[in-house]
Amino acid sequence: MTTATESTDIVVVGSGFGGAIAAYHLAAGGARVVVLERGPWLRAEEFDHDYKLGSSYTRVFDFVVGDGMSVLGGNCVGGGSVVYFATMPRAPRFVFERQGSIGRRMWPASIGRDSLDPWYDRVVEALPVTQQSWDRVPYAGGLFAAACAHAGRTANPPPSAVDVDECVNCNWMMAGCRFDAKRSLLLNYLPGALAHGAEIRPLHEVQRLTRNDDGGYRVHYRVVDAEDYRILHESDAIDAKLVVLAAGAGATPVILQRSAAALGPMPHAVGRYFSGNGERLNTAVFDEDRVREVLGLSRPGGQAYAAYQIGRGPTVASWDRLDGRLPEYERFSLEQLYFPPGLGTILAQVPGATGPSWFGVQKKEMLRRWQSWLTVFTMSEDDNEGVFGPPPETGNAHRLSMQMLGDGPLRYRPTPNTWRGWSLADAEVKEILERDGLARVAPWTNDLVGAYTVHPLASCRIGDDPATSALDDRHELRGHPGIFVTDGSAVPGALTVNPALTIAALAERAMPGMVRAAQERGVAVRYGAPGPGAGAAARVPTAQPA
Amino acid sequence: MQPDGQDAGPARTATIEAFADTIVPGAKRSPDDRAVAGADPTGGAVAAGALELLEQPGGGLAEALDSLYYTLNDHAVGYAATHGLTLDDDVPAFVALSFEHRTALVRELTAPEHPEKQMWVALALFSNMAFDSAAHISTTEALAAGHPGLLGIGYFRPDADGLSRFPQYSYGRALAPIHPQTTAAGDPT
Repeated sequence: MTTATESTDIVVVGSGFGGAIAAYHLAAGGARVVVLERGPWLRAEEFDHDYKLGSSYTRVFDFVVGDGMSVLGGNCVGGGSVVYFATMPRAPRFVFERQGSIGRRMWPASIGRDSLDPWYDRVVEALPVTQQSWDRVPYAGGLFAAACAHAGRTANPPPSAVDVDECVNCNWMMAGCRFDAKRSLLLNYLPGALAHGAEIRPLHEVQRLTRNDDGGYRVHYRVVDAEDYRILHESDAIDAKLVVLAAGAGATPVILQRSAAALGPMPHAVGRYFSGNGERLNTAVFDEDRVREVLGLSRPGGQAYAAYQIGRGPTVASWDRLDGRLPEYERFSLEQLYFPPGLGTILAQVPGATGPSWFGVQKKEMLRRWQSWLTVFTMSEDDNEGVFGPPPETGNAHRLSMQMLGDGPLRYRPTPNTWRGWSLADAEVKEILERDGLARVAPWTNDLVGAYTVHPLASCRIGDDPATSALDDRHELRGHPGIFVTDGSAVPGALTVNPALTIAALAERAMPGMVRAAQERGVAVRYGAPGPGAGAAARVPTAQPA
Repeated sequence: MQPDGQDAGPARTATIEAFADTIVPGAKRSPDDRAVAGADPTGGAVAAGALELLEQPGGGLAEALDSLYYTLNDHAVGYAATHGLTLDDDVPAFVALSFEHRTALVRELTAPEHPEKQMWVALALFSNMAFDSAAHISTTEALAAGHPGLLGIGYFRPDADGLSRFPQYSYGRALAPIHPQTTAAGDPT
């Protein structure tokens, strides 16, 4: 056996919620930790307000087109937390009792809302997540709330990891927050991990794992070109006693599939049971006169709305259908959402189109009214029907563009159960927004890039049943001791709400067990570090490691 | 029309422009403009820079443009034959189609069952992206130059430093009752 050029105690693959939280606790507990992140490492000053190919928007964001499902996610140090919209509700109680299509509770018996609440609390304090007040809800959220109320519904400003005092409502969150108003992992867990000696290596894309004679693992990576991600530079490897996989639900199962040749068969659920969090979008075009007449809304300057571009992602949610008494697949939340140009207009369909619905003359007419758009985001209960095909040669996609765009091996054919939730949500959106001529609305087309999700989940999930879960309830990969998975792929299924807080809470919950496993492997580490703190002074150093 | 292998440039440009113009239609650049059909009175994908974006090596379609040009015109010839149309052979076959027929053919090529769907959807995606976000040039530069897409959608200009800030952003009041089961921390139950 050749000796790897270096070794460490723990390698963490990915630096989003699952990776950053693990890196922090393990480093703070005394372990030597190396974080391998395939995307770049950007500072706030590098987060541009620019759609140009090559700006931060395309450097930190990935769009992988699959067969029937496209996945949008983060691709940078900080992962999804850098590009996400920071809406952070806890998952409703009924979610943990879901059975999906497996005829038994999908979640491990040891996890429910009550048992997860203390772990939610930790993340809420660390980022921090804060309650939002109506007086600072942007126009688009206010419009959605007013329409909900007009239709006899309730609406809530959900908890958020945006520091509203610092926020300028530029709606550039998907390109990284220039103002550090969004409390991404660059401001808490990652600087905490660095302060305790963890090392973060950007542009290192892990390809596969092999096993060493001592029971540890060798993590094989390629260095990604800083500008053109289609170009991979040198290969190398690093040995570790324990590996934390947190490459995201679109990539973690691919790494494991590629590792099966060396590690032996993977659990059946690796690369299966993928969930798109039941996500779907509708775009409404509002009649400005009706907004004024029916809802009584007006902005300084006299316009009623015409402010789609202003705000900070979703700021108002409709939770009327988060009702545990309803049957599974009929529960969902709706959120008002901003989706930027670039990717955010092509899939929107012209309400009542008489010709092509997503391009052409009528679509251009709809684009002229872009500032009167309101996008409504559905998060429902899908059927975990996504399956990953054979891995591509490297990474999790064949990259088409130098950044952002590629095609991957995920196949997704929505079942009638999934369609039930989507159809009910579409009808509810129409009922709320078209009432009294306020707007015309249509769902985004699934014909071009399939369904789409910004919250990929469950492709390597926890559970009690070895046949339908890849991980035990401590997040350890079945049959492969010393490999832990803490990203969105570990979540058993759709959550009906934004999942980041739940992913993070599960990672926090997994830490004591992971520390014990590391100790058993001879790592000098202990559990019990306080939260990383969330002071504005805490931030990732600008200098990248050599 | 088949390429003669000599100078496919103008024909290729016209063909790809005609496709982009079908996605986001625009005004003719001159009375004898054949590629842009003139189905809309304001600048569309072509005026927005679709060709410049598509030809950027980083985008990923630049190397495929020759193949897309040949294939699109082959499809146009087949489409014309199926529909009994006689094409003017002064221009590439797709350019010779009327806007309505271009539209019908693009619908066929991008339909879920079409075997080449993925590449035509990619071409449509980039055509649209040139219009709605000017992805081939910086956003401030695009706005300063009067980019027809960003101005057409009513995009608000950034501050002088190129960053957007909106000091006025809220109606400033509660506009709906909150869900009765909301927890004290503002979460669903």
